[in-house]
Amino acid sequence: MAAIDIKRVGKTYVGNVNAVSDISISIADGEFIVLVGPSGCGKSTLLRMVAGLETITDGTVSIGARVVNEIEPAERDIAMVFQNYALYPHMSVYDNLAYGLRNRGTPKAEIDARVAEAARMLELQPYLTRKPRALSGGQRQRVAMGRAIVRNPAAFLFDEPLSNLDAKLRVTMRGEIKQLQKRLGTTSIYVTHDQLEAMTLADRLVVLNGGSIEQIGAPLEVYHKPASTFVASFIGSPAMNLVKASIANGVISIGDRESGLRADLPNGALTLGLRAEDLRLAENGAGFPFAIAFVEDLGAQRLLHGHCSGQSVVVAVSPDLPLPSELRLTIAQERLHFFASDTGKRIETTSF
Amino acid sequence: MVEHRPFLKLLSHLVLILGVVIVAFPVYVAFIASTHKTTDFITGIMPVLPGSDFWSTYKTVLFTGLAASGAPPIGLMLGNSLIMALAISIGKIAISILSAYAIVYFRFPFRQLAFWIIFVTLMLPVEVRIVPTFKVVADLGMLNSYAGLSIPLIASATATFLFRQFFLTVPDELLEAARVDGAGPLKFFKDILLPLSRTNIAALFVILFIYGWNQYLWPLIVTTDSAHYTVVMGIKRMSDVTDAEPQWNLVMAVAILAMLPPVLVVIFMQRLFVKGLVETEK
Amino acid sequence: MQTKRTIFSSKVLPYWLILPQLAVTLIFFVWPAGQAVWQSFLREDAFGTSTQFVGLANYAAILHDPGYLNALIVTVIFSISVATVSIVLALILAVAANSLLKSRSLYTTLLVWPYAVAPAVAGVLFWFMFNPTIGLIPYLLQGLGYHWDDRLNGTDAMILVVIAATWKQISYNFLFFLAGLQSIPKALIEAAAIDGAGPAKRFRDIVFPLLSPTTFFLLVVNVVYTMFDTFAVIHATTQGGPNQATNILVYKVFTDGFIGLDLGSSSAQSVILMLIVIALTFIQFRFVERNVQY
Repeated sequence: MAAIDIKRVGKTYVGNVNAVSDISISIADGEFIVLVGPSGCGKSTLLRMVAGLETITDGTVSIGARVVNEIEPAERDIAMVFQNYALYPHMSVYDNLAYGLRNRGTPKAEIDARVAEAARMLELQPYLTRKPRALSGGQRQRVAMGRAIVRNPAAFLFDEPLSNLDAKLRVTMRGEIKQLQKRLGTTSIYVTHDQLEAMTLADRLVVLNGGSIEQIGAPLEVYHKPASTFVASFIGSPAMNLVKASIANGVISIGDRESGLRADLPNGALTLGLRAEDLRLAENGAGFPFAIAFVEDLGAQRLLHGHCSGQSVVVAVSPDLPLPSELRLTIAQERLHFFASDTGKRIETTSF
Repeated sequence: MVEHRPFLKLLSHLVLILGVVIVAFPVYVAFIASTHKTTDFITGIMPVLPGSDFWSTYKTVLFTGLAASGAPPIGLMLGNSLIMALAISIGKIAISILSAYAIVYFRFPFRQLAFWIIFVTLMLPVEVRIVPTFKVVADLGMLNSYAGLSIPLIASATATFLFRQFFLTVPDELLEAARVDGAGPLKFFKDILLPLSRTNIAALFVILFIYGWNQYLWPLIVTTDSAHYTVVMGIKRMSDVTDAEPQWNLVMAVAILAMLPPVLVVIFMQRLFVKGLVETEK
Repeated sequence: MQTKRTIFSSKVLPYWLILPQLAVTLIFFVWPAGQAVWQSFLREDAFGTSTQFVGLANYAAILHDPGYLNALIVTVIFSISVATVSIVLALILAVAANSLLKSRSLYTTLLVWPYAVAPAVAGVLFWFMFNPTIGLIPYLLQGLGYHWDDRLNGTDAMILVVIAATWKQISYNFLFFLAGLQSIPKALIEAAAIDGAGPAKRFRDIVFPLLSPTTFFLLVVNVVYTMFDTFAVIHATTQGGPNQATNILVYKVFTDGFIGLDLGSSSAQSVILMLIVIALTFIQFRFVERNVQY
């Protein structure tokens, strides 16, 4: 068990391509950190630098009290779960689990005990003699997890471990990973591009974009107070509506139309963030006019896709709510998000 | 096939049977010849039906040798062929897999240069540069030796390429997992890469065994001492008798024996053979 | 050049790994090839006592030598005949085998084994079958009124070596055509059938065009095969005769160098052959590369 400290880390590839720049994250012992972002945001590079599979160009990575920049992966006391599992295809499940221990000269009896324990935890006992190709996707995933567990490392590193599974299994395995990590209390870094996976697993989320950190925070904090338009549109489903708006004397207009909402902000243009699930259908002719383009019924939810002043907006409503012929939208004042129209950064306000 | 046409099917069978018969015919004729006495060939036409001297012919070539052309017993030549074929195929596989490993899994100065030097060998069949190569082997004192028969033929660009292509398809994560699991370069090679290459090695072995066994020109020029003759070249020495017709029954028996081992390898390891053949050309 | 995303950082180990291959290559391939190039610019006097640098004189001599030009023409005729005949026959057999589901692999086994027969052995088999005194084929041809004699008649000798070389090469071409045929998506054939194309039309319009990369590849490989690997076929049968009628380039290099001991000329011939091989290999690689891309 150990804390991990990532200090001002950067990675520059040959030809001055900056994959990651100036990243600092302090990870507490036992914490579950999820690195989330679109592909190419540098999240895997960052993880691989912690693992020792990529060299670190700038900054330092410490595991426990030790700076590990120049230390071989095997000596870093970490275990990694790969996206394609990277099971040794010619070895049995038992040998896959035992290989790392054998290379470290662990006594045979202890290897047996540790493999047995991991197999019990992951319900892999019946498959120990099988080769990976004779296993289902979910079972292979468990073996990959097992290989990490038997080592009893200071940290688990997960590189999109669930993205090769079908949707249903992904949900199950997500739950199992979460429980297992809580039970073992091992510090974990988990990389994913799936915001739902990130929200459900993380103690803290690190949202990455273009090689830098957009926001670090607990899942709900990130959801409720996204630090930028990027985070706002990336976290949460459906994505937050971002509409161009302007303020004149504390009154918010969308397009050229006054919205009836107010904000204590200086005059000028800004981006207004509206979560689909915060928008309500207004009654009695109040609210902002909304023209429906099409409707998606998801069962638990009904998504109305349409336009307000020519800008697309999605509204989530209860499926059994009758739709009036003329729709108008309203939203609670405190549910508004404001972002600078040029930088996209969040603007804090005391809305009234 | 898309539709059912019995006539086409029948035609296919006929074409293939005709093909098989034509392809097999020379070997049939050779086998028949090997079951007759030498005197049966002096007059008239070669026999097309089996004779009764199968055992005596094969016993002669295997253990007695051919007095007329001073050829040693074939048993020895078969042994030499086997040694040469095994040395060439195992040697080629060993040095190729090591060099492919270096080229794919390491970065080092002159890597590109080394790769191109090996690549060049692909372009130069031994027949083309036979005289200077012979000189080198002679200068090294390797004439009339197993080393001289095999070592000059074991550099192989083809095998190196095959292994390189294969290694490039091995997922990167496997190496990464092994490194996290504490395996160094030699351990990774022994524990992971070598076992994964098993089928490729076997397929390559089949092709290279045939290649080694069937060498002709090279053994012909580097061996002058009959103790190192291989069977494929020996057969030629046997049929070359001055001022007389060869002892056809014996020559054909040797031909049958010379083709038997590689042909059996192809028939019994057809799947590996096809894989080896098709993939070494990629 | 491609490597792995992560690599080992050892500094010395890779050199040890590559050393055996490199040593053999340098000693037995690169050095002799260099020697051949160097020798091709030299001429020895009749007693082998002195050598002098003669520049391109050996090349000039070759190109004015009727014997060499003859060998060039013989090689072209031989290569094109073997390549054409073996490709056509192999294609017919492969198409037939591909249409039969159950017996396909049996026929494959029965057709591919000649690949394993040494060219020299193949030569001896046909040398025997076509033997003018006792051979079966000359006997049958006699019945048809043709007097076969490959030891005196150059055309007969050429036909003999073409048949022997073709016999060995059919199995190789057959396997590649069969693989090519099996990689054609079934849906394409079915679509053509629905579009009203019968078996012959489907072969002409769909199958054959899709096989053209394979055919081209085999053409190059077969030319390389006939130029170099058939040395043993010639040596075991006609030995370049009668009267140079089957004296192909690679055989001439051997006879001039080993028997004629004319090192300068033989080396110059070697160099020309190397250039031909390099050109053919280049064509083949360009083709393979293009093929891999899609």
